[in-house]
Amino acid sequence: MKQFIEGSHAVAEIAKLCRPGVVSAYPITPQTHIVEDLATMVAEGQLNAQFVNVESEHSAASVVLGAVATGIRAYTATSSQGLFYMMEVVFNIAGMRLPVVMTCANRAISAPINIWNDQQDSISLRDAGWIQLYAEDNQEAVDFHVLAYRLGEDKSVMLPVMVCMDGFILTHGIEAVDIPSQEQVDKFLPPYKPEYYLDPKNPMTLGPLVGPDYYTEARYALDQTLKETLNIIPKLTAEFAQVFGRNYNGLVEEYHTKDAERVIVAMGSVCGTAKEVVDEFRAKGKKVGLLKITCYRPFPAEQIYNSLKNVSKVAVLDRAVSLGSYAPLSSEIKAAFFGKKKKPEVISSFIVGLGGRDVTKDSIREVLKLLTARERCGEYIDLKPELLKE
Amino acid sequence: MDNHLFTAGHTACAGCGQAIGARLVIEAAGPNTIIVNNTGCLEVFSTAFPESAWGVPFIHSLFENAAAVASGVESALKFAGKKEGINVIAQGGDGSTADIGLQALSGMLERGHDILYVCYDNEAYMNTGVQRSGLTPFATNTTTSPQAGSAFGNLRPKKPMPEIALAHGIPYVATASVGFPQDITRKVKKALSIKGPKYMQIHVPCPLGWRHESAQVLPVAKMAIETGLYPMIEYENGQLIGVRKITQPKPVEEYLKLQGRFKHILNNPDALKLVQEVADRNIAKYGLKAEAVSNQ
Amino acid sequence: MFGPLVTKPLASRNNKTGSWRMGLVPKFLKKNCIGCKMCALICPENCITGKEKNTFDYDPKYCKGCGNCAVICPKSDILMVKEEGKE
Repeated sequence: MKQFIEGSHAVAEIAKLCRPGVVSAYPITPQTHIVEDLATMVAEGQLNAQFVNVESEHSAASVVLGAVATGIRAYTATSSQGLFYMMEVVFNIAGMRLPVVMTCANRAISAPINIWNDQQDSISLRDAGWIQLYAEDNQEAVDFHVLAYRLGEDKSVMLPVMVCMDGFILTHGIEAVDIPSQEQVDKFLPPYKPEYYLDPKNPMTLGPLVGPDYYTEARYALDQTLKETLNIIPKLTAEFAQVFGRNYNGLVEEYHTKDAERVIVAMGSVCGTAKEVVDEFRAKGKKVGLLKITCYRPFPAEQIYNSLKNVSKVAVLDRAVSLGSYAPLSSEIKAAFFGKKKKPEVISSFIVGLGGRDVTKDSIREVLKLLTARERCGEYIDLKPELLKE
Repeated sequence: MDNHLFTAGHTACAGCGQAIGARLVIEAAGPNTIIVNNTGCLEVFSTAFPESAWGVPFIHSLFENAAAVASGVESALKFAGKKEGINVIAQGGDGSTADIGLQALSGMLERGHDILYVCYDNEAYMNTGVQRSGLTPFATNTTTSPQAGSAFGNLRPKKPMPEIALAHGIPYVATASVGFPQDITRKVKKALSIKGPKYMQIHVPCPLGWRHESAQVLPVAKMAIETGLYPMIEYENGQLIGVRKITQPKPVEEYLKLQGRFKHILNNPDALKLVQEVADRNIAKYGLKAEAVSNQ
Repeated sequence: MFGPLVTKPLASRNNKTGSWRMGLVPKFLKKNCIGCKMCALICPENCITGKEKNTFDYDPKYCKGCGNCAVICPKSDILMVKEEGKE
């Protein structure tokens, strides 16, 4: 049902419809509304689940780990510092192949402390072994949660999924969102039936100590599975379209890239702004486009290559930094083209929107202006040099 | 050997007190039990891939989160309507309980989960090489509280974990010792019959870390009790309902001289006096000394 | 694809820790045993079995020779002796 609803509330609604049995999260701005809603839903009996009020994010992640290991679907949400606090559990969950679904309300990283949006938090955990999906708007945020459970719990996947949505911009933004019905969700998302779980009737040991003789294969299997997921996601999004009537590629979205001479590559809500600038430029006859990355992990190198190989100039927007080195998304985009015959003449890298600094249409226009034959490497957009001192 | 819940073939040191303790706990709990274990000696020696000594469902996640993972397991069972009849036991060593895992434990106790937490107290981080923990007693020689020159070794007192657990208002808190195996069995069964969070701390000698002969595990454990240095107590709903009385408390030297980790203070009367004070305080606080029965 | 992450129960029995012994084994005399079961109760390896008195014995495949059974037997009916065939 379509309604004007705050992003967090929409996510709480869809989380409820996915029928988790255990919900556990620790409050952190800007995720708090999601968790408060779920607590209310459980208290009012709208959601039949155990709501566990933990004393930290580390324990929140541990609780959902324990729940999924016992064969019960679970949900958690966090952001920024909270994600970092639960970092070792996040890696642990992926390593143990438990399909937890987590909402990450993307927020900047301390220090200095900043509660507003950027993507440093989830991008810093890109090596964890989780599938990472980035939502452009609240409709995607809602839809990706259903997709996440179905994808993660697939017997050939068994991986946790992080649905990333820009903090405040999406979590607190009010948009028109179509919240699916329980019937639709039930149709697409069957009950969780794991192969390995804790049951006195069928005892097994989970989380063993693994030495040099066995560890590599565990990581190889995880790595391979993540890569195979690139084939599974488009199949699931096709099925998703059948049930919900909305089409997603699931890996990338090409917006006017077919004949584009200049393409912007980005993740998250900034894509919405970028699309408007693309429309504006196209109306003036300028051939620009946007490649939106939806699935960051596993990294859809092939799709990116195919979308951009004939494009002359590419501008990658990173809403994060890898301090002291190349911006994270741009370095992976460049890597996708290394050694290939067909590639853009220039791939420029821009850092935008850190700590909640607005990425406006002017910012995007500035990027396109700077997207020339001269490569820009990690150029900060909207920087205020007057604030810097030696 | 058929119905074992904790079987042979694990790689614990010969005579490991914690192996004895873990066996006693799971055998008292029975097959309808899920074990959630912190990283530590027990987890490492009993679940090194591709072997497992456990005949019950077992999960290990990280060093400090067994209490939180167990909270998740218990919540999942509650949701599925299966908690009745299944014991959830979270366990760990003194390091993972009193130090790095204190937060998760406190959260679990405060939330009131139906979980028994067992702390195997061998009084140091044994798995990583005998480093000092919050439960290392005063005057112990460990690698990070070394005795050098005339130093006592560990200068800090033992963190009062049973009292910390008790302060959470939970229905059952007990200490036990592998020196008294049937008492462990009784207490575990008692704890599991009570709904809510329970805390048990079991004193388990470590022949390697404490430096005594592997065959002396039970006598050493018994002597800790006999000196009053390790009070065996039982609280139900905040009330002290039982202690193991000592007829004639032995002087602390009787216990300290059995172990290499106290060798450095045996000739140090100042240190011995301070250790004796710890024992005397325990005896006074819990009323450990059995009253002499006068025959008339 | 799944890696080595889950272990079957009781799989440690494949590991014959009897090879750890350093020359001493328990000898169950089976003479004055009163069937108190303490030896079976406290063996860290859980490798002592028995039912009535004088029926208790150890499993040499797993016994590490720690000697706790001998120390705990109230009737001194278990002795730690040199293992034959070992230096």
